[in-house]
Formats: sequence, C-alpha cells, structure tokens
Amino acid sequence: MIDTAVAGLGRHTLGLLREMGRMMLFLIGTVAWMVRPPFRFVQVLKQMHFIGVKSLFVIVLTGSFTGMVLGLQGYYSLRKFGAEGLLGSAVALSIIRELGPVLAALMVTGRAGSAMTAEIGLMRITEQIDALDTMAISPMQYLIAPKVLAGVLVLPMLVAIFDLIGIYGGYLVGVQLLGVSSGAYTSSMESSVEWKDVSGGFLKALSFGLIVTWVCTYKGYHTSMSAEGLGKATTEAVVLASVLILIWDYFLTSVLL
Amino acid sequence: MDTGKVSGDPVIRLIGVEKTFSGQPVLRGLNLDIPRGKLTTIIGRSGGGKSVLLKHLIGLLKPDRGQVLVDDVDITTLGAHQLNEVRKKFAMLFQGAALFDSLSVFENVAFPLREKTALSETEIEQKVRAMLEEVGLPDMGHKFPAELSGGMRKRAGLARALVMGPEIMLFDEPTTGLDPLLARTIHDLIVETQRRFGFTAVMVSHEIPEVFGISDYVAMLLDGVIVEMATAKEFQRTTHPVVREFINVGGQCESSGIAAATGTEQSQG
Repeated sequence: MIDTAVAGLGRHTLGLLREMGRMMLFLIGTVAWMVRPPFRFVQVLKQMHFIGVKSLFVIVLTGSFTGMVLGLQGYYSLRKFGAEGLLGSAVALSIIRELGPVLAALMVTGRAGSAMTAEIGLMRITEQIDALDTMAISPMQYLIAPKVLAGVLVLPMLVAIFDLIGIYGGYLVGVQLLGVSSGAYTSSMESSVEWKDVSGGFLKALSFGLIVTWVCTYKGYHTSMSAEGLGKATTEAVVLASVLILIWDYFLTSVLL
Repeated sequence: MDTGKVSGDPVIRLIGVEKTFSGQPVLRGLNLDIPRGKLTTIIGRSGGGKSVLLKHLIGLLKPDRGQVLVDDVDITTLGAHQLNEVRKKFAMLFQGAALFDSLSVFENVAFPLREKTALSETEIEQKVRAMLEEVGLPDMGHKFPAELSGGMRKRAGLARALVMGPEIMLFDEPTTGLDPLLARTIHDLIVETQRRFGFTAVMVSHEIPEVFGISDYVAMLLDGVIVEMATAKEFQRTTHPVVREFINVGGQCESSGIAAATGTEQSQG
C-alpha cells in the first residue's frame, strides 16, 4: 500500500521533471530557430495582429471595468480615513504594478493563447506540421518562433493600453461620479507613481508574453493525436499559463520591490 | 532475417531498425531496401506500423536502434539542418493530404516554391497552374482545402508534393476513405506521374489486390519486420502462410493495370 503510494509519487515527480525538461528544450529550440535566417517578418506581423489587435476589444473592456471598480472600492475604503484625495495614487499604482500586466496576460491567454494551442494542435493532428518538416521547413521557425516573438512584443503594448484605460476608468468613477477633485486625482497619481513602477510593470508584461506563447505553443505542438487530446491540450495550456503567470508575478514582484 | 533485400541499386536502405512506442515494440529489427526509380508498396495489417515505417524513411521519426541510409547517408545521425538538406530529395503525400487550412489550393502548391526556390511570381504561377492541370484540378486554385472533397484534396496534396520535382515520393495510404472508382483514379494518377517523372515511390496501402497491378515491388510488414519482398508478380505466388492468407482475403489479380476492375469482388473468405 505504502509501496504503491511512494512509487506513484516517484512516477509522478519524474513525469513532471521530464515535462519541464521538454518545455525548456522547446524554448531553447524556439530561440535558436528565431535568430537563424530566413527571418519571418510577415509571420511575426500576422501574429502581432492576431495576438494584439484582435485582443484590443477585450483589453479595453476589462481595463475600463477594472479601473472603475478600483475607483469605487478605493473611494469607500479611503473615505474612512478621509483620504479620498489619494484615490488617483491608489488606482494608478495597483493598475500599473499589478492588475494591468496580470489581467492583460490572463485575457490574452484566454483569447489568443487557447486559439494558438488549438490551431497548432489541429495542425499536428492533421499532419500539417509533419508536412512542413517533409518540405525541409522547420515548424519551429515557421510556426512557433513568430508566435513567441509576437507575444513578447505585443503584450507590453496591450498592457500600456490597459493601464491607460484603467486609470481613466478610475477617474470616471472617482471624479465624475463620486466627486473627488480632479486635481487631487491626477496630482496624487503624479507624485506617487515612479519610473520603476512603470518599468517593473513592463518587465512583467514582457515575461508574461513569453510565458503565454511558450506554454500555449508547446501544448499545441505536443498534442496527442485525437480530438480529445486537442481539447485536453487547450485546457492544460490555459490553466498552466494562467498559473505560471500568477506564480511568476509573485516572484518578480518580490524581486522588484 | 534478410527478406526485404532486392538486387540492384537501393536508394533507401533500412538496417536493423527498431522502434518502440511507450513499451510497445512496433518495428523489431527491420531490414528493407527501396529500389531506385520503382514503385514499392508496403502492405500489412492496420496499426501494424506501416505509417511508422514510412515516417522513418524521411526522418519524421527516429529509430531507437538501427540505420536509415538515404543515398548511403545515415539520416538517423544528422542534425536538424543537415536532415533538411536530405529532405529536399523527398516529398510526401499524407493520408489526409495535410494541406494548410489557412492557404488556398494555389497557395498550398506554391508554398514550397516560395519557401525553397528563388523563382519569380510569374514562374511560380506558371508552374503551379501546370501542376494543378497535371493532377486534374485546373480552375480550383482559388478554393480552400475545407471546400474540397477527399479526392480533390489528395490531388492537391499530390500537386504540392510533385511541384518541387522530388527524387523520392512517399505515399501514406493514398486511397483510404475514397470510393473504389476514385481510389482507382488516384492509383492511376500515381502510376502515371511516377512513369512520367521517374521518381522512386514508396507507398503504404492495404488495397489488395489493386496494389499488385500498379506496383513494381511489394513488401509485407508483419510483427515489426518485412517477411516478404518481391516483384508484384512473384509476390502473389508466395508460399509464406500468413502472407498467403493476407492476400487471399483481398483476392488475386494479374499485373496488368486493370486491377481495380476486379477490386470490388470479395473472395470466398
């Protein structure tokens, strides 16, 4: 009984380690193919359009509502201390440092990441990836590398938009609806937000872009050959990417603070 | 076990190839020579490893043990870059044709030309049009793979494979899922293009007896090894009991190219 439990645990751990090793090799392979000609600018642009432009709507939507709810919550919390004037600072710092990068990355995972896994997984099942190989075209270079590069480039831009809209959402609720003075909102924001908050947020965005595209392309690339496998790969990709984003966010924050 | 060897000049040689998938041995020390410029068909049970074998020829799968020699180069030891050089000799028609969904038929056929040659757009267009005509798909260039029937996909896949003028063509069950008439036209198309372009063809199939009518050589994969390989004519006179049983179920025919006509008649069982 204990034997089988220990053996099961060992098997599970080994499997996990093997998977981590494979993921690492996949990333190294992607980067190696990325820096090797021919460079696929058109593919990268297409992917930037897919990950970036097509996620704009959902980013604007979540950004505005996140800012608005922060404005609302912040106002009632700060009012207890008579510090409504600091609302701008509270909203801006929480969005720029945390909520912007994390929520934008989670939204991109749900919208673009899952589609990426499904697309690559279906190409695996229908042997389109093998077809690329037989034509002496590296699928890592043609399919994977442009997606990863586009993700890393595009996520900071999406986060910038999320931040901007979020801060304006907070302004809308705090100033227009609840009557905080407009000058206090902006000046408290100006005096408390430093460059390192902004750069830290963008560093997060860059690394989240890598995590999302890396995990989602990996899971698609290694889909098992069935419709069930494809569904499983997509679920796993979204869950793993989301969890990794939150864990990595904690570590990065503890280093950056 | 030296079956799977033929006299003459082999273009591909498999020596002692072993492959295991999650503890399940699929190929067990397999030897096979593929003669140059001929059509060789590999038959065998479903799930018996025929497609696995085919994928070893082009390096899509690597053997656990053994060698795969293509023009005397062992491709199992090559890095990704050198392997791609060897792969330029090959083209493959996949079971589901493996056309790129996001590209039209024209763009699919033009794809390897655009990626691997420095031809101008007009030259590419000429080549693609000629090739689509060759496989019987003129005026279909603008369609997308999802809009095509199974037979049309196979034709488009064939056009894409042939457009680079490969030395070696691999066919993975080219007629699976097609009705007997369509299967016959695809077989005819394969034979016709093989004669025309003179490439070495390796086909995986279980269309018995049709394969005897179109193949130069037939090999049978059983329990992970090639148990019998001979010219199509000799193969039908085999004395190997299991091979006999296997081909008897499908029925026999003469090597005359009218194989498909008798294909629908089932044997006595």
